[in-house]
Amino acid sequence: MTMITRRTLVKGGTAAAAAGALTGPALLDWAKAWAQSAPWKPEKGAQLSMLRWKYFVQSEDDAFVKLMEAFTAATGVKVNISRESYEDVQPKASVAANTGAGPDLFWGLYSLPHLFPQKCMDVSDVADYLGKKYGGWVPSAVTYGKSGNKWIAIPICYSGNLMNYRVAAGAKAGFSKFPATTDEFLAYAKAMKAQGTPGGLAFGHASGDANGWVHWCLWAHGGNAVDAKDKVVINSPETEKALNYAKALYAEMIPGTASWNDSFNNKAFLAGEIHWTNNGISIYAAARRDAKLKEIADDMDHAYMPIGPIGKPTELHLLYPILGMTYTKYPQAVKALMAFMLEADNFNKWLEGSVGYLTHCLNAYDSNPVWTADRKRTVYRDVAKRTLTAGGLGSVGEKAAAAIADFVMVDMFASYATGREDAKGAMKIAERQLQRIYR
Amino acid sequence: MTDATLNNIKLAPREATTWQRLQVNRNWLGMWFMLPAAAFLILFLAYPLGLGVWISFTDARIGRGGDFVGLENYEWLWDDTVFWLSVFNTLLYTIVASAFKFAVGLYLALLLNQNLPFKAILRAVVLIPFIVPTVLSAIAFWWLFDSQFSIISWTLKKAGLISTNIDFLGDVWNARWSVIFANIWRGVPFVAITLLAGLQTVSPTLYEAATIDGANKWQIFRHVTYPLLTPIIAVVMTFSVLFTFTDFQLIWVLTRGGPVNATQLMATLSYQRAILGGHLGEGAAISTAMIPFLLAAILISWFGLQRRKWQQGENND
Repeated sequence: MTMITRRTLVKGGTAAAAAGALTGPALLDWAKAWAQSAPWKPEKGAQLSMLRWKYFVQSEDDAFVKLMEAFTAATGVKVNISRESYEDVQPKASVAANTGAGPDLFWGLYSLPHLFPQKCMDVSDVADYLGKKYGGWVPSAVTYGKSGNKWIAIPICYSGNLMNYRVAAGAKAGFSKFPATTDEFLAYAKAMKAQGTPGGLAFGHASGDANGWVHWCLWAHGGNAVDAKDKVVINSPETEKALNYAKALYAEMIPGTASWNDSFNNKAFLAGEIHWTNNGISIYAAARRDAKLKEIADDMDHAYMPIGPIGKPTELHLLYPILGMTYTKYPQAVKALMAFMLEADNFNKWLEGSVGYLTHCLNAYDSNPVWTADRKRTVYRDVAKRTLTAGGLGSVGEKAAAAIADFVMVDMFASYATGREDAKGAMKIAERQLQRIYR
Repeated sequence: MTDATLNNIKLAPREATTWQRLQVNRNWLGMWFMLPAAAFLILFLAYPLGLGVWISFTDARIGRGGDFVGLENYEWLWDDTVFWLSVFNTLLYTIVASAFKFAVGLYLALLLNQNLPFKAILRAVVLIPFIVPTVLSAIAFWWLFDSQFSIISWTLKKAGLISTNIDFLGDVWNARWSVIFANIWRGVPFVAITLLAGLQTVSPTLYEAATIDGANKWQIFRHVTYPLLTPIIAVVMTFSVLFTFTDFQLIWVLTRGGPVNATQLMATLSYQRAILGGHLGEGAAISTAMIPFLLAAILISWFGLQRRKWQQGENND
């Protein structure tokens, strides 16, 4: 049995981040030692309930359940976990915030805490503790986690949204590697369609995939929904360039992308119908799990989103922040749980369980072996550092969240690409929608 | 003296107290019997409705109560093209789907009212679309209408009738017709079975009399069946219109209001703006804007009912 004391625990620190994770009884001992030394002591008889997004990769959830069991064993705090599709966490959290009753913790999508910042617990002490211990937070996580000067949520991880593509088909079309710029990407899409191996990006109301790529496209061409003062500036020549680019790209996609929700491209890629799309690593993970899809898993790879005329990465990835509600009866237990989740001995194991689908927000976890064990996952390691935040130049608050939830950008791109509106009309409608949201 | 007093008391006519009068008052008793139902209606129907209307006049966001802003939410909606598109979509969806549901439902009801072999089984089968939970049938339609894997496209392609997949949910009008079709499929059994129940109340003697008078099948339907069926048609179609107008699940599973809001109904837009976007006030304003349409639907069928009574020569109440 491994004896772990408070001293060895403190010695561990950042080094443990690279050293992998503990398992079985060792994990329990470590957890108990952690509970003794942690700055947050759960209240007597504390019980927590958490609503989290439903896993995409089973092994991630298995690792998560073990992590929660270890927390319960160490602190005596029972954690009830409920799972909902990630789009459904927000409405439930909103209702809980409104009524002042519901789960103690919500683990949802990017701007969730900014929809009701005054209902979120101040977790600045947890964020500072973790930031100091694990090499600091990536800048985007700070933007998402803070409202004013205080942290209202702990950014747990990102789900990267990058290009997924078939290598052999690309090579056949004359592209030995995935295009790095938007111009090359358009040429690539043309060549791929011409040889009968098209791809596609969602133009439907796909919360993750569609919002991911349209924001990339808008920002890549210098367009922005709002400026730094949250003034609506969508109606601009840069936005028009982005729209024209998207329309040209749409013409080179497989037909039907205007109806795509989040799961359509996964299905189509795994069925061999499309050969490039934007997605998390879930397509690859699904292909790896299924022996019948081995050919696709072996032949596919991932790449950063191409760089546009503005010359720097303009990706938008999904952040999963966890927040504690102010109505909880057990704030210390909530904070202890948040910190416990992100301690190296827990988080490393969980990161590995998520097989690249989830990316850390604390710099020390760059060295986790999950990013190098399979080089097809490596690009996803960097998504937290590359991503811009919801709202672009503007604030990351509830207005940005509302604009994303209302699909303002997606509809602008879709209405122009499908020919329903001209560029000016599409921008004008989006401008009106944004003015309503940012009023 | 004592006796006299006692006699006086005995003989004096007793003045009934208010309480005693109330005890035997049928209206007073009736009010108490009605109270539980009234409390239920006020608590679960009138209060939420009133609250919804009130919220539509505030700038409430999720997580905090709003301040009164008068008609501001409605003013923003007034020149919001997406809102007007959703009104158009909702009216189109309701009118087309309800008309088809009525026509197909009535036809099925007339068919099932005949003496057919396996009548009971056939009637049970007709109910299946209504029994299946909407979300499940919507998912089935989602696969049927998939842009890549639709069995309809696959079959037509194999038959050599088309060369590329039909873009059921990606094209604006295809998407509208597709969701309307799914709604009709789901709504027909309700209309058919209820009208069938109505048909069975029509006395066979009326048909016999009409036949003796030399009426043909159309005349029998037009002058016997249809007038006798109008009260139930009014009720069924009111319900059907209300259900269709407020439909949410089918759209949310199939298209989420896309493509480009082509299938965005007022109910889905209200949910999107209020719950997902956090603007409770505006979402409530969209929901409140549905009320006049719903009231109109109810009033039309109500007056339809009265006219029927007049036709029948009954007391017009």
